[in-house]
Amino acid sequence: MSKYSIFSLAKQAINYHEGWEKVWRNPEPKKHYDVIIIGGGGHGLATAYYLAKNHGITNVAVLEKGYIGGGNTGRNTTIVRSNYLWDESAHLYEKSLKLWENLSQDLNFNVMFSQRGVYNLGHSLQDMRDIQRRVNANRLNGIDGEIVEADELKRRIPILNTSSQSRYPVLGASFQPRAGTARHDAVAWGFARGADSFGVDIIQQCEVSGFIRENDQIVGVETNRGNIGAGKVGIVVAGNSSVLADMAGFRLPVTSHPLQALVSEPIKPVLDTVVMSNAVHGYISQSDKGDLVVGAGIDSYNGYGQRGSYTVIENALAAIKELFPVFSRVRMNRQWGGIVDTTPDACPIIGQSPVKGVYINCGWGTGGFKATPGSGYVFAHTLAKGQPHELNQAFSLQRFSTGSLIDEHGAAGVAH
Amino acid sequence: MLQIPCPWCGIRDESEFSYGGEAHITRPINSEELSDDEWADYLFMRKNTRGAFLEQWQHAQGCRRWFNVQRDTVSYKISASYKVGDLPPQEMLNDK
Repeated sequence: MSKYSIFSLAKQAINYHEGWEKVWRNPEPKKHYDVIIIGGGGHGLATAYYLAKNHGITNVAVLEKGYIGGGNTGRNTTIVRSNYLWDESAHLYEKSLKLWENLSQDLNFNVMFSQRGVYNLGHSLQDMRDIQRRVNANRLNGIDGEIVEADELKRRIPILNTSSQSRYPVLGASFQPRAGTARHDAVAWGFARGADSFGVDIIQQCEVSGFIRENDQIVGVETNRGNIGAGKVGIVVAGNSSVLADMAGFRLPVTSHPLQALVSEPIKPVLDTVVMSNAVHGYISQSDKGDLVVGAGIDSYNGYGQRGSYTVIENALAAIKELFPVFSRVRMNRQWGGIVDTTPDACPIIGQSPVKGVYINCGWGTGGFKATPGSGYVFAHTLAKGQPHELNQAFSLQRFSTGSLIDEHGAAGVAH
Repeated sequence: MLQIPCPWCGIRDESEFSYGGEAHITRPINSEELSDDEWADYLFMRKNTRGAFLEQWQHAQGCRRWFNVQRDTVSYKISASYKVGDLPPQEMLNDK
């Protein structure tokens, strides 16, 4: 892998940029791998990267049924933050945020991580009490956070409607300065390039249709490109987790829902931060291209169709328009849905499955993008050692039997 | 937006309804004899089918009654709706 730098750019510019090598190979699947990762999204590719980099396990394949980063990695609103309430999730997401802060250097690939801060608005006295509790909990866990009153908020975000006459009066917000956004595609590409450079095979257009068993153990997968043997199999397929778990022979407490997002036509810079509102189920930021990126809440029903109902985006846009009246005439360009795997406690499931040889990383629900590096980091450890990292110990599938749920519903500052 | 056939009120817009998830989950009668795993299975584990799925809806802004629907979770096409206590369509009986 050639290193990207100002010098390589200059060198390639002389040749009219026709000499760049392919960023990753396109190999044929081998007969057997030490580890097979099903799912070539950000989380799967990050897992492969850290398996190779931190644990020296390079005989690894990432199987992707479509193209890498084409699922939820390419469909989210790119927000990265770590202001979660409970210790377990706060530590996990903070580890991820720390990895984000150095990710471009680590991968030698610009993931365009921009720490522009994230505001979570409070619209009622109870919202503000919850915000105080969460900010205090964050600071005790070493995570940055502050409470911003309405006047100060108005000064920082002049276009925000903080009038007391507003449909959703803004009383204040929590603010995490180190939070921000990143470039979603670049994250998948950067991890893919990094993993590939260690010898990981990234195999696209390769759909898993079944598992190969020996006694009680899974020893490989059946795919549309033939059977592939595996020492261990990691399932990292977000919305399709239940489908793969069903093939492997275990049940998950996961339901898959459409989550919609949309972008506007590009406009001049007007919003230099991220604003989220739990109560009205809307969040907004402005991309580097100038489009407003708007996220909605999930559609209530189970769905795999990568699209949702118009009512949900209508509600989200109505709320955004109330909060930012200046956007009332902005036209929306594109709208789409991704399939998110929600759990009863709005926390992920990372660890061993009840089936020998199979590991599962799922249940990130509406907030998986921010966790991409951290998720890969702990899941790689889990796959390599056969037991969880201390950061994902609490996120086992067994917690639904033992009752030690981690209730992050709403506590994370946004509806799940 | 889905057009949902309420067995009592007829076809109405989805925005009048609230969703109740997987249908035909029965609370175990012998709950004191269940293991933690079996109880977790009843409480949390869900089919989450990709394809033909039986689910519960409530006509929250209409007659406020619960009923069951057979809907495809990929195409979102609704092929049947029936009252609570009635049997699902013949082809779904094994799935119940």
